[in-house]
Amino acid sequence: MKLKLATLALGAMMATGPVMAELVFPSLAYRTGPFAAGGIPFADGYSDYFTLLNARDGGIGGVMTAVPECETAYNTEKGVECYEALKGDGALVFQPLSTGITYQLIPKTTADDIPMHTMGYGRTSAKNGKVFSHTFNYPVNYWDGASVGVNHFKEQAGGSLEGKKITLLHFNGSYGKEPIPTLEALAAQEGFDLTIIPIDYPGQEQKSQWLQIRREKPDYILFWGWGVMNQVAVQEAVNIRYPMDQFMGIWWSGSENDVMPAGAGADGYKAIAFHNVGSDFAVFGDIQKYVVDAGTAAGDGSNVGTVLYNRGVYAAFLAAEAAKTAQAMSGTMDINASQMRDAMEALEITEAKMAAAGLAGFGPEFSVSCENHGGPGMAAIAQWNATDQKWSLITEFGPSDSSIVNPLIEADSAAYAAENNIAERCN
Amino acid sequence: MFYREAGDFKTTYADDSQTFPIKFDRYRYYLVLAVAFGVIPFIINDYWANAVLLPFLIYAIAAIGLNILVGYAGQVSLGSGGFMAVGAYATYKLMTSFPDVNIFFHVIIAGGITALVGVMFGLPSLRIKGFYLAVSTLAAQFFLVWLFNRVPWFYNYSASGQISSPERTVFGYAVTGPNAETWVAYLFCLVFVTISAIIARNLTRGASGRRWMAIRDMDIAAEIIGVNPLKAKLTAFAVSSFFIGIAGALFFAVYLGSAEVGDTFGTTKSFLLLFMVIIGGLGSIFGSFAGAAFLVVLPVLLKNVLVAGLGWPTDTAAHLEILIIGGLIITFLIAEPHGLAQLWRVAKEKLRLWPFPH
Repeated sequence: MKLKLATLALGAMMATGPVMAELVFPSLAYRTGPFAAGGIPFADGYSDYFTLLNARDGGIGGVMTAVPECETAYNTEKGVECYEALKGDGALVFQPLSTGITYQLIPKTTADDIPMHTMGYGRTSAKNGKVFSHTFNYPVNYWDGASVGVNHFKEQAGGSLEGKKITLLHFNGSYGKEPIPTLEALAAQEGFDLTIIPIDYPGQEQKSQWLQIRREKPDYILFWGWGVMNQVAVQEAVNIRYPMDQFMGIWWSGSENDVMPAGAGADGYKAIAFHNVGSDFAVFGDIQKYVVDAGTAAGDGSNVGTVLYNRGVYAAFLAAEAAKTAQAMSGTMDINASQMRDAMEALEITEAKMAAAGLAGFGPEFSVSCENHGGPGMAAIAQWNATDQKWSLITEFGPSDSSIVNPLIEADSAAYAAENNIAERCN
Repeated sequence: MFYREAGDFKTTYADDSQTFPIKFDRYRYYLVLAVAFGVIPFIINDYWANAVLLPFLIYAIAAIGLNILVGYAGQVSLGSGGFMAVGAYATYKLMTSFPDVNIFFHVIIAGGITALVGVMFGLPSLRIKGFYLAVSTLAAQFFLVWLFNRVPWFYNYSASGQISSPERTVFGYAVTGPNAETWVAYLFCLVFVTISAIIARNLTRGASGRRWMAIRDMDIAAEIIGVNPLKAKLTAFAVSSFFIGIAGALFFAVYLGSAEVGDTFGTTKSFLLLFMVIIGGLGSIFGSFAGAAFLVVLPVLLKNVLVAGLGWPTDTAAHLEILIIGGLIITFLIAEPHGLAQLWRVAKEKLRLWPFPH
């Protein structure tokens, strides 16, 4: 009976729904599996921002937006299925939220002429727009993150890391392995000892890794984890009484979900961040008013203002700004994926644009160009305060060490170009 | 009425011992081949190819391979994910080292390399049996994943350990890479599936197949009647790994286009393949296809019905999908422990008598 009702309701919806142009922003979400703790708030934020644009502004430039969702469970095969299912519906930009799926989709999106935005994840060398025409990873990438993190440790150590021991604790997958080349280069330059300790999927069990850390007593730990392994790692660090202010996660290992279970012990844990934290931004008031209170929120509304929800909103904001740019550039409101790509390459995020969207001071200002698909690579450090249960930025947004990062990007993208016979663009 | 031996006279030994001795069966087989080669390539689209048909065909090859080992030779293996990885990394190294050689040969050579690795890990099967063998093959799985993670030479020193397949062509048509037309990729896999199935079918009903089955049913008795267990077990490992290697090569090069060993070829893959073989039916080539279809097509179908058809939230649908498939597996195994292939056999028996029940 319920099934029949649902079918009927769907039939009614399809019968009454007007057929009109829509701007489609597909969401490859994961609300199941071991990484769901991170996937749910991000997907909620992404979807809620577009719902807000529809409800408050009547879409983007008068055209309504749609966010069809597809469940990938962080699984590359399901990611392929989702991509194939969604690409036909006029998808403007894909955001896979998985480095593995990103690698899969880089050639596919290029062939299908659909841009892909991998915000703070994915293949780092995609920053080189001369080789990767359809992949964007602004405003920041993992190698920037590694560099900013090491810079912070250097400051903390009093200006020199000579002879210090830094451990990279990482998810043993493509995501976690991304920062290794940068850290190796930095280790050679700064003279610290780098130990690399991988954690296998899904990472609920990390006793042996933390035993090794206890034995080696590194001065600093950088952590590239995601989903359930974050909570476990923070808890284990608390258990061995590792000084939390010397333990730093990448932006995917620094949300409320990751530190709350460890309670007061997690106080002082740091994370690299590429956008601001907290809910003191005008946009969240609007989301509460137009989306959550209207009952159209993607989740239950409890995530609004958390780190990963904010990131979903930020991703949606950047996509919406690119769509606006595309509308202005092409003179048509109903843009296609190709115009969207051109606009992403010409995207400029200014303080004025962020303020207009209710996100004043949310992230650094940046611009994208044909050669540089990755923005300036600015990141800040956030720290967890367990008493107030709040993240707060403890540094300004600072640049990464481009003398380390850029040559690595050149080398990696050149290898990709040679393997796949890609001629350089932007000449 | 249609499905019977009566009236179909065989005048040569070759006729008598063919794969499908019943006329109806034979014509059905030709029809399936005709549709697969002659019709589907013309109507195929990206979604059908990449979400349903390619994974189905490739998993079918892997299931055939595993079925030879588990179903025919009775050697339980949990290392198939690792062997698929060997196939995938072997093709990757071959594709990037010898770009001028046709991808067709690369896939076959990758199968050969996997066969060698399979034989190496099959050696313990001479001393250990049953669950203990399962554990030792599981060790192979972990070792191979570790190896491809640890040694950068295998992934050409790329930053994140990902391998991606460059564009390669067959007769001027791109088979791998993003610009490959779906029908080309489909036909490429279909050719491999067809050849693998024919080879496997004929191996298993010939002398080597009987040796494998003798070992499976009782190894001491088999040894007494003159079956060499060393040869039988190792050939089973070799042939099985060869097919699994081919499947891994196609899985990486044609279907996914890029792969990362722990993510794509982890233990979950080994278990998935074992489930396919068990649900499909141990010791049956048709069962391998049925098992692959059950575990590849059904989730996609359920997803489309629940999300696209009924408009349910994606997470509810995903959880329900796991629930339904789990339930179906249990139901099938209780109702028919010999798998889908046995259902098919029973149906054929019924057909033979139909419409007269006596």
